[in-house]
Amino acid sequence: MQWEVVIGLEIHAQLATKSKIFSAASTAYGAEPNTQACAVDLGLPGVLPVLNEEAVRMAVKFGLANGCEITRRSVFARKNYFYPDLPKGYQISQFELPIVGKGALEIELDDGSTKTIGITRAHLEEDAGKSLHEDFHGATGIDLNRAGTPLLEIVSEPEMNSAKEAVAYMKKIHALVQYLEICDGNMQEGSFRCDANVSIRPRGQEALGTRTELKNINSFRFVERAINIEVERQIDVIEGGGRVVQETRLYDADRDETRSMRSKEEAFDYRYFPDPDLLPVAIDEEYIEAVRATLPELPGAKRARFIDAFGLSPEDATAITSSRDLASFYEATVAASGGEGKLSANWVMVELLGALNKANREIADSPVSAEMLGGMIQRIKDNTISGKIAKKVFQAMWAGEGDADTVIEKQGLKQVTDSGAIEKLIDDVLANNQAQVEQYRGGNEKVFGFFVGQVMKASQGKANPGQVNQMLKQKLQG
Amino acid sequence: MNVESVSLDDSDVEKIAHLARLEISPDDIPEYVSNLTDILDLVEQMNAVDTAGVTPMAHPIDAVQRLRPDEVSEENQRDRFQRISPQVENGLFLVPKVIE
Repeated sequence: MQWEVVIGLEIHAQLATKSKIFSAASTAYGAEPNTQACAVDLGLPGVLPVLNEEAVRMAVKFGLANGCEITRRSVFARKNYFYPDLPKGYQISQFELPIVGKGALEIELDDGSTKTIGITRAHLEEDAGKSLHEDFHGATGIDLNRAGTPLLEIVSEPEMNSAKEAVAYMKKIHALVQYLEICDGNMQEGSFRCDANVSIRPRGQEALGTRTELKNINSFRFVERAINIEVERQIDVIEGGGRVVQETRLYDADRDETRSMRSKEEAFDYRYFPDPDLLPVAIDEEYIEAVRATLPELPGAKRARFIDAFGLSPEDATAITSSRDLASFYEATVAASGGEGKLSANWVMVELLGALNKANREIADSPVSAEMLGGMIQRIKDNTISGKIAKKVFQAMWAGEGDADTVIEKQGLKQVTDSGAIEKLIDDVLANNQAQVEQYRGGNEKVFGFFVGQVMKASQGKANPGQVNQMLKQKLQG
Repeated sequence: MNVESVSLDDSDVEKIAHLARLEISPDDIPEYVSNLTDILDLVEQMNAVDTAGVTPMAHPIDAVQRLRPDEVSEENQRDRFQRISPQVENGLFLVPKVIE
């Protein structure tokens, strides 16, 4: 049987507010346990939640960026369940009237095609605290610093048909929330998390199969692995004559398997009802237009502009616009290079990202600035240095030896373009390698590379490679 | 007006009590069944009212939510809060082991 995979994602993005969604306690990550949990976060009797205006603005910004409906009157509801890291016994969330309604997002696939994925809704809610199960002599430790951190839960339609599509969608949302500056996207710190609803159905069948929910997957790699493994499991179950049970499963990266969270003795019954502590949130046209005016150029528009203005390939444009910092750096490099779009793309993506990766640094604290890199690219363009020498210059700039002109001057790297000088080098090489000259003239064109190498070596890499090629050809033919 | 009544049985009450983590004595269940059924009857009466054309309200007060500026003003009061906690260690609240 041919199976079709159906995936929907629920992404939890922690909003980058300074204070919590319903209290004035700090949301800063990494504080001593429970030092940022105030009476409201602890759910002490007599407290009242007061909604953070910034959380509302960020949610609306997300909605507008995806063409979503913005609910004019959204309502907070209580989602009731007991767990020690949820001290009130309910989570304040949104149920029937979420702040952000239907919209859509376009994702780019590996083969260069695009696909539109529907966004069902995005709602505001509070994060829970953290349970620590280790090292407390049989007890569980509870840290409520995270309790009350604003979350935007972004729910997609079940419209992804492979783990790869799910990852592409997740990456797109990840880039978008950072472009919008509404979430720092830090997956290690749990600022951006994802649950995946996965089901399979015989190809061609309309009705959805029974789904399982994979909880709390915190890396792109794990999303792909967890989904693929879960799909294999479901196929095995069905082809073995069994049925998929609707349940929540956890992905265990160490064992590379998903397993049932069996301890739930009964299905969750959240008993949602409108939270009497909070009034409906009213949003009018004027507010929406004011937020719309603050939208930055979005990744899709930027990508199209980069392809158009700088001649980038769709793949390069996707890679460069995957983060706002990277895109800004690239654009500044192009400007400093005098408009060298493609060359700048190569240098940013290969040398710069390579070096940053190796040093485990972010582009924001790159030792080579966009101005320095652009300046160096100008020197390639005006034939002061070759691409090969430029790598030397780049390393020197990285090591803090100054800008390109300083390095070229100090290390004497200026390219030799004087044809008289190059001719002399070529003559010497040919004179010293008569055997190879005979080979070449006898039809073995492969030796040509050998001559180029020798001449470049004799020039200590400084001869202009284009000129060397051209003049060598003439000499060897002559 | 004819109001269809919804009646609960013992197992409904037991389930509701469990969801609310309330311990109730089996002797009291019949009274809970009767009280809760009365409440549902009241809701049924309200359901019978014609509300076509009435905008549903999410809150009895006809007002909208006031918003708070995004500013941190709470200070660390962990020691005070943890004074009423039965068990703490290294700043954490300790609770009976819960693990999935």
